[in-house]
Amino acid sequence: MEFPGITVYWIIIALMMMGFYIVISHQNLIKKLVGLSVFQVSVFLFYITMGKVDGGTAPILAVGIKIYSNPLPHVLILTAIVVGVATTALGLALVVRINDSYGTIEEDEIQAVEDGR
Amino acid sequence: MIAHHLPILQIIIPLMSAPFCMFLRHHFWTWALAVVISWLSLVMSIGLLLQVLDQGVLIYKIGGWAAPWGIEYRIDNLNAFVLVIVSVIAAVVMPYARMSVNKEIPRDRAYLFYAMMLLCMTGLLGITITGDAFNLFVFLEISSLSSYVLISMGRDRQGLTAAYRYLMLGSLGATFYIIGVGMMYMMTGTLNITDLAALIPAVADTRTIQAALAFLTVGLCLKLALFPLHMWLPNAYTYAPSVVTVFLAATATKVSVYALIRVIFTIFGGVDILDTLQVRDLLMLFAIAGMFAGSAVAIYQVNIKRMLAYSSVAQLGYMVLGIAMANVSGVTAGIIHMFNHALTKGGLFMAMGCVMYVTGSVRLSDMAGLGKRMPLTMAAFVAGGLSLIGMPLSVGFISKWYLIQAALEKGWWPVAVLIVLSSLLAVIYIWRVVEVAYFTPAPEGKDVVTEAPMSMIIPMFVLIGASYYFGIDATTTLDIAHSAAEVLVGGIR
Repeated sequence: MEFPGITVYWIIIALMMMGFYIVISHQNLIKKLVGLSVFQVSVFLFYITMGKVDGGTAPILAVGIKIYSNPLPHVLILTAIVVGVATTALGLALVVRINDSYGTIEEDEIQAVEDGR
Repeated sequence: MIAHHLPILQIIIPLMSAPFCMFLRHHFWTWALAVVISWLSLVMSIGLLLQVLDQGVLIYKIGGWAAPWGIEYRIDNLNAFVLVIVSVIAAVVMPYARMSVNKEIPRDRAYLFYAMMLLCMTGLLGITITGDAFNLFVFLEISSLSSYVLISMGRDRQGLTAAYRYLMLGSLGATFYIIGVGMMYMMTGTLNITDLAALIPAVADTRTIQAALAFLTVGLCLKLALFPLHMWLPNAYTYAPSVVTVFLAATATKVSVYALIRVIFTIFGGVDILDTLQVRDLLMLFAIAGMFAGSAVAIYQVNIKRMLAYSSVAQLGYMVLGIAMANVSGVTAGIIHMFNHALTKGGLFMAMGCVMYVTGSVRLSDMAGLGKRMPLTMAAFVAGGLSLIGMPLSVGFISKWYLIQAALEKGWWPVAVLIVLSSLLAVIYIWRVVEVAYFTPAPEGKDVVTEAPMSMIIPMFVLIGASYYFGIDATTTLDIAHSAAEVLVGGIR
């Protein structure tokens, strides 16, 4: 396998690692959710690019079209996008309630409140 | 005719009843609905198990579409058994839920609670029943999202941060799982588990498939809380409402163990991945580390729910250890321990739910003299604790016996010694509770017998009783686990 490989996979991996890093490194609960979304989106891209067939067009039945991309991964990822939206929405709802009861959304400050009581 | 459609009804009925709760909007009627649905589920899952034991593998094509294109539900001995585990626990937890929920969750939100319980149950049953790797992901997220909500519903605000942390790690785990599924799809062009099993051996040597296996294993181990990926579990179990802890501790992690078994023994059944990729060494290392670390940390806990949560981490170690050994006895031990631990840990957390109901606290310091004050509950706790340790006549003994036997068959006697040693750690943390509850005098005015209501006591004794019934007469459960393990391990050779 030659070194650079397929460019799009490098982009996806870079995005994935960025998202992952944000989730691990940030203290702010909203930023963590942003990181999680970036991480999930990189996987969506991974699925979408996977269906591409070289020289193929959109998978619509028409005269003269022989080669078309695989539509199945796109359909799959629609489901995963819905799941991602639900996860983000639920995460944000939790952050709102955390903010209501702790008055902060910084992880270290929440920890300080817990330790202090 | 109905019998033919049982596999889909098992999922559709709880799924459809959840939105129905939103129309009922009444704490009593939604509870009644949840009880009826969970009992119906139990009847259906037992029906499926009997059908599978009688006729062999059941295949249900959704919408009549044939397998590699349509989604099929495929039920063999293993997942029929796991379906029964999930629905038995649900059927026992729902009647128990009423009094506990009245106490711990605001009445105007109780109907949402039952809707979420039904959705969570749907997700868990769905993971178990489906024969499609992507469909499994969807059900995994249904059960996870509803369990995040359930955990955050408790009175303690720490439940919110626990739910948030579980959401982060749970979503990462589930996303890892779909990355793995995507990579398998790239190489094989199929998502059907049986089809994957047939196509994987031809491409097993590629980097893509090996990366897929890594993602699937790590993702599922996060969901099943294998040490050191267990960080979300202790807080989630500690701060969730009692009913939620009972239900999740008894079912959610077990279902993830089931998914891991499916990946290792069915999807990758044609290639001996445990040996070729050294997955076995890693899993065994973490399982054994978990058995000790979980139990050791449990000893130092002052909150008994948290203590039992760490003990769950240790018990999951036993299950994964059985799977990693990959011989018939080992996998049998893993499967039977899913059932046995569900009964025992369910019963123990129910006892803590009763204590929470009466005293409003599950801290060790508040348990002085509890043996006199709540004799039935504490008796159940001790009985459950003995089963956790692995006393003969209890189910804990059966699983450990098989696990040790599996280690000896492999000639790994140090592993067998470690299993016994880690069980002894359980003696210590159970004893701490016994000591405080029975041998420390109760504070003034708190020595009158005040038990939890019968609707909580009876389900608790059903689970504890079952964990001795199936310990004394284990033939039925062992036969099922054994035949399932034979099929799974047979796939490897």
